Amino acid sequence: MSTGAIFLASALKILFIVLVVIGAFAPLLVWVDRRQSAMIQDRVGPHRAGFTLPKDVVKGIAALVNPLRFGTRGALALALACLFGLVVLGLSGSGDLAGATPKDLYRYALAMTVFAGLLFLGRWVHEGLVNAGGKITLFGVLHPAADAMKMIWKEDFVPARADKLLHALAPVITLIPAIASFAVIPFADVLYLEYWNQVLPVAADGAAQAVALVGDAVPMQVASLNVGILFIFAVAGTGVIGAAIGGYASDNKFSLMGGMRAASQMVSYEVALGLTIVPCFMMYGSLRLEEMALWQAQNAWGIFLPPLTLAFLLYFTAATAETKRVPFDVPEGESELVGGYLTEYSGLKFGIFFTGEYVEMVAFSALAAVLFFGGWDVPWLYANGFDLPGTWAYTVPLTDWVISDKIAVTHWVVIALQVGSTLFKVIAFLFLQMMIRWSLPRFRYDQIMSLCWKGVLPLALVNILLTGILILLFD
Amino acid sequence: MPATTKVIRKTKRTLTEQTYVAEIGKGLSLTMSRFFKNAFGPEDKKEIATVMYPEEQREYPERFRGIHRLTQRAGGEPRCVACLCCSTACPAQCIHIEAAEYAEDDPRYGYERFPAVFVIDELRCIFCGYCVEACPVDAIRMDTGMHMPPSTARDHFLYDKQTLLSLPSRDGTHESGNPRHEPGDPTHPGIDRLQGH
Repeated sequence: MSTGAIFLASALKILFIVLVVIGAFAPLLVWVDRRQSAMIQDRVGPHRAGFTLPKDVVKGIAALVNPLRFGTRGALALALACLFGLVVLGLSGSGDLAGATPKDLYRYALAMTVFAGLLFLGRWVHEGLVNAGGKITLFGVLHPAADAMKMIWKEDFVPARADKLLHALAPVITLIPAIASFAVIPFADVLYLEYWNQVLPVAADGAAQAVALVGDAVPMQVASLNVGILFIFAVAGTGVIGAAIGGYASDNKFSLMGGMRAASQMVSYEVALGLTIVPCFMMYGSLRLEEMALWQAQNAWGIFLPPLTLAFLLYFTAATAETKRVPFDVPEGESELVGGYLTEYSGLKFGIFFTGEYVEMVAFSALAAVLFFGGWDVPWLYANGFDLPGTWAYTVPLTDWVISDKIAVTHWVVIALQVGSTLFKVIAFLFLQMMIRWSLPRFRYDQIMSLCWKGVLPLALVNILLTGILILLFD
Repeated sequence: MPATTKVIRKTKRTLTEQTYVAEIGKGLSLTMSRFFKNAFGPEDKKEIATVMYPEEQREYPERFRGIHRLTQRAGGEPRCVACLCCSTACPAQCIHIEAAEYAEDDPRYGYERFPAVFVIDELRCIFCGYCVEACPVDAIRMDTGMHMPPSTARDHFLYDKQTLLSLPSRDGTHESGNPRHEPGDPTHPGIDRLQGH
C-alpha cells in the first residue's frame, strides 16, 4: 500500500471517529441525558428546538405524500384485492397470462408489503411534518444543537484573579485525550480492498486468516499499536490533569475542592481500572485490541468466561468512577460544591468540558465492548458470511427457493455489519450508564474511596490470581 | 406517672441489601420500566404529567375566570343596558362605558340604554369576577375558557365592544343561557307601555 493511500485511509478513519463520537454520540448523549431523564420522571422533556421549512416546501412534501395516505388498513385492503385478483387469474386457467405462478405470488406479496410500508411512511411523514406546519424537531434531537449554539454565543466569563492560561487550557486537556483514546479501538475486522465487492475466499470457521489473501489490507482502526490498551490508559490518565487544573485555576474554593476530589478519585480508580482488566490480557494473550476482538470472535465473548465476568463488573464500576458519572460524581457534587471544578466555567469552555466527559464515557463504553463483548463480532457472522447453528435447509413451499444455515455475505456488507455491531454495543453500554445515572443516589466521598481501595482493588488482584490458576489448570 | 415509650428498632439490612448489586438491579428495573412505559408504551398507559405546550393545551377548569365576553341578544347586539353596575363594582376600575339612548321610535326607548362604547383594559383587570356578579342582565361573562393572548403593545389589550362581543363562550355560542324578555313580549315581567303603566 502506498504512503499516500495509507494517509488517505487514516484520515478517513479519523474523520469517521470524530464524526461518530463528537458529531453523533455527544449530542445524542446530551439529548438522552435530558429527554430520557424526563421520561423517567414522567415529564415530556426538552422538545421545542427546531426549524420550520418554507411553506412551499411543505406544500410540495404534502403533495408528494398525499397519494400515500391510505393508512395501514387501506394498504392492507389494497394488497388483499391485488392478491385476490392474482388468485382469480391463476384459477381461471389462462396460462399465457404472466404473473400467476406461486413464485410470482410470493414476489407480489413482497412488493405489496414494501408498498404498504411506503403508505405507512407517507402517513407518518404527513402526521409528523405537514400537520405540524413544517416544523422539524426530530423528537427534540435538535435541542443539543440549539444548546451548542447558545454556548458558543454566551459570554465566556473568567474570574478576575484566575489563571487565564490554565483556565482556558483545562477543558482542552480533558477533551483531547478522550478523543485520542479512540485511536486504537477497532471498529471492524480487516478490510481487504481487492475483494471489497465479493465474498471473501476463506474457510468459514476460525481458519479464516490462514488463507493467503492478496492485495491491500486496511485495518479498521486508526493506529495498530503493539501496546494497544496501555496507550488508552496512558492517554486517559491525563484527563485527571484537566479536572485538577480547572479546579486550581478558577480561583474559587469550591472549584479547588472539586478539582482535588476529582484528582484523588480518578488517580485511585485509574489504578483499580488497570488491574481489573489484567485477566483479559492473560486470557487473550495480547495487548492489541484488534487481536483481543479476533480471539473473542474465534472462541467466546469475554463476558461468558467466569473470571472475566467478575472482571467486567469491576471494570464497569471503576470506569463509571473514572468518568465521574453518578453515583461517583462528588467532584461536581452540586449539593455541597455548587458545581465543583465546573463552577467558574461558562459558555464554550463549559461545553468543551462536558463534551470531554461524554466522549470519555463513549471511549470507556467502546473499550468495554471490545474487552468483554467481542468488539466487532456479530454472532454467527464470519468473514465470508453467516453460519447459523445446526445444519438445515428450508425450501419455501411451491417454489425452488432454499434458505439454509449458510448465507454468503459480500465482504463490504460484513464490514458494515461489524461496524454496526460495535456501535450497537457502545450504545447499549451508554444506555445502561444513563439508566444507572438516574437510578442511584450519590456515594459519600469516603465511601467512594473505601470502595476503591478496599473493594475493587483487592477483588481485582484476587481475580488476576484466579485467572492465572484457571489458565494453568486448563491449558 | 411514667411516660409510655414506644421503641422503634432500626430495621436491619439483609445480606442482599448489603451486597448492593441486587438493589442496583431493582432500582434499574424500576427506572427502565418507567422509561419504556413513558417513551414507547401504549398511549393510555403513559403517565407523563406534562404536555407539549403550546401544541397541546389543557382545558381550564370549568369555573376558570378567563377573558371577558359580552353576551349577545338574538339580533347580535349586546345584552348590556349600560347601567354601569360592572364599572362601579370593578375594584381595578378597568371598565369604561359610555351609555347612549335608543332612537325614539325604538320600543326599548325609555326603558333601556345601550353602550356606545364599552372598553375593558385587560391589563388592569384583576380577574376577580365582580363585574359578572354585578351585572343585572347577564351581559358580561368570563366563561370563554381562554387566558389573555400575549401581545407586544399596551393598546392591544384595550378590548372594545366589537372584540368583546366576538368572543364566544366555551361551547361556541354568543348568547347567554338565560332567556331574554324584550319589552312588548307577553313574558316581559317589568313595566310595559302597552299595559298602560
